[in-house]
Amino acid sequence: MSGLAMAVPAAAPLVEMRDVSIAFGGIKAVDGVSIDLYPGEVVGLLGHNGAGKSTLIKILSGAYAADHGEIRVNGEPVHITSPRDAKRCGIETIYQTLALADNVDAAANIFLGREKLTAWGTLDDHAMEAEARKVMGRLNPHFRRFKEPVKALSGGQRQSVAIARAIHFDARVLIMDEPTAALGPAETRQVGELVKQLKQEGIGIFLISHDIHDVFDLADRIHVMKNGKLVGTARVSDVTQDEVLGMIILGKCPPGAVPGPGAVG
Amino acid sequence: MAEPSTTLSPAPSSEAPAGRRAGIGDALRALELDTRMVGMIGALAIVWIGFDILTGGAFLTPRNLWNLSVQTASVGVMATGMVLVIVTRNIDLSVGSILGFTGMVVGVLQARILPEIWGFDHPMTWVVAVLAAVAVGGAVGAVQGAVIAYLGVSSFIVTLGGLLVWRGAAWWVTTGQTVAPMDGLFKRLGGGFEGAIGAGPSWAVGIAAVLLSVAAILVTRRRRAGFGFPVRPLWAEGVVILLVAAAIVGAVLVVNSYPLPVPVVRRMMEAQGLSTDGTLPFVAHGFAIPVLIALAVGVAMTFLSRRTRFGRYVFAIGGNPEAAELSGINTRRVMVMVFGLMGALCGLSACIATARLNAATNANGTLDELYVIAAAIIGGTSMAGGVGTILGAMLGAMVMQSLQSGMVLLGVDAPMQNIVVGLVLVAAVYVDTLYRRGLK
Ligand SMILES: Nc1ncnc2c1ncn2[C@@H]1O[C@H](COP(=O)(O)OP(=O)(O)OP(=O)(O)O)[C@@H](O)[C@H]1O
Ligand SMILES: [Mg+2]
Repeated sequence: MSGLAMAVPAAAPLVEMRDVSIAFGGIKAVDGVSIDLYPGEVVGLLGHNGAGKSTLIKILSGAYAADHGEIRVNGEPVHITSPRDAKRCGIETIYQTLALADNVDAAANIFLGREKLTAWGTLDDHAMEAEARKVMGRLNPHFRRFKEPVKALSGGQRQSVAIARAIHFDARVLIMDEPTAALGPAETRQVGELVKQLKQEGIGIFLISHDIHDVFDLADRIHVMKNGKLVGTARVSDVTQDEVLGMIILGKCPPGAVPGPGAVG
Repeated sequence: MAEPSTTLSPAPSSEAPAGRRAGIGDALRALELDTRMVGMIGALAIVWIGFDILTGGAFLTPRNLWNLSVQTASVGVMATGMVLVIVTRNIDLSVGSILGFTGMVVGVLQARILPEIWGFDHPMTWVVAVLAAVAVGGAVGAVQGAVIAYLGVSSFIVTLGGLLVWRGAAWWVTTGQTVAPMDGLFKRLGGGFEGAIGAGPSWAVGIAAVLLSVAAILVTRRRRAGFGFPVRPLWAEGVVILLVAAAIVGAVLVVNSYPLPVPVVRRMMEAQGLSTDGTLPFVAHGFAIPVLIALAVGVAMTFLSRRTRFGRYVFAIGGNPEAAELSGINTRRVMVMVFGLMGALCGLSACIATARLNAATNANGTLDELYVIAAAIIGGTSMAGGVGTILGAMLGAMVMQSLQSGMVLLGVDAPMQNIVVGLVLVAAVYVDTLYRRGLK
């Protein structure tokens, strides 16, 4: 399955982040990182805890404003200063923290900020529940607890709600920050299938995961970060899992990868 | 998006919690009543019956209940707004002072400014006064909300400042002078026998309320059924409708059995040129206008909080502010609106309180912030945010007012009343904590 995705290297990437930096009180969480993503491509984002993966994608999703750098969508520079801007560009995010409002139910979370309204401008909870049942059925067919606040759900069920919210609105770019961390084997497989299906539809996906097997199974390319810097970029077909571990732990870039500013040696 | 087999095939039974023990438990579950709300109503019933026994039947009289409802109106109106404020994890300590300030503004407006324009007792005076109160209160609240949302100062501090600022401003409006009396029509907003709508209109209001409730219940049922969702069994729907109707009709019966005082009836009859010899007819108060205002506010605020985007955002912000922001909600604007709404409701309450006193004083509403917050909390609003109901807060206001007027009837003196109300507040929150823990 590898190699397919870069079939049209000449076309502009779906998303491109160029030389992006952000610091929190002196700590450079992301330091001069450039990454890109093509339509129908799955790009794995790897790195140890605290490497800056979540911070980087939160800049793309509008949660943080970068101190420096540029974001392009389909080659056009865009200004993403709020989550609303990102969604307008078709960028949907499953956050590592899930970012659910615990006190409202699954449907309310899935439609939060984009509620369906009746002809009178009131909330159409029934229509939202009906659609929530559909999209949840795709992820977690046994899920039945539509009337309860998501606080009452299991970690995996909550994660399914967060995923449902991201895939329901025709995303062009999907950011998945450790989407399967809380899921059981069956649900994890379901998410894997979902990723492949979305890829078929031409959606670009950033996948953050600590599970190298998963990443090798699903991703076309990987970006590896260490201490806020990009170690390197590689196609999964050009590197071994051990080499990638070396990139993550030591920052050592193997011959099959393109080194970034964070590579040692 | 092409989709595999599983869509909706919810067997209703699979959604009901397990634990089949036929009988009362199942029946109550079928009714889908809110257990916390049932608990609150139960608590109110205990308070009422307890005081009735202690006072030898002086508490549960039409007269006392009517007065109770009028006394609850002002705090009840503000408590509905406080629910939204607390749900968003904020607090508003300035409501009593905003009430005082806007009360002075409407007082001066109708007693000094408007009469110079169109004379005394003009039919539009009360309308302008109410609109002005709501607008001034809303503006004050929105300014405080903007400082909280955009400058990032905590609501505790901003509204603590507001408590001092607006109380001071209330004094400034007339440099401390009391303004009285109020416009004749405006005065009706405060209750009293001029501010009661009478028996016939009370029945009309009651019947309209019953019909609207039934329609709302049936429309919801139809829509749920239309989507193939589980609905209450028909008998349960019938019981709910009966309970609602009984409550409304009961309220009408109570207010319609509280007669106007004899001299008032005589004066009314003389004004209509009727003979006042012999026995005078029984003329009922009917609903008090401030109570109708409070009920209308309760319905509108419930609608706002449950059926509109704004309400959904308020609760989402309370549940997880970061998640609300990340899902694209303009949380700051929502905060400004919440505090603006709170201020506007203070303006409305100022009208009720000023009309009831028939005077605008700069001390009006002193300590109301505490009663309003207590009402919301007793009514089940969680200080942790994200949880609260309008109906609960109004019941909370009713509980507190019942305690107070019950103690007055018993001749308990004021300091002791405060002690009791304070203890009840703490106890209520403790019980609520236990309840929540039980839910987990
Ligand atoms: N809001 C914040 N304020 C201050 N520091 C932050 C903030 N967010 C992240 N950081 C810091 O930035 C660095 C990168 O964090 P980030 O969450 O991006 O790591 P990560 O690669 O996603 O790690 P993990 O695999 O554990 O999720 C860390 O040192 C973290 O402490
Ligand atoms: Mg992370």
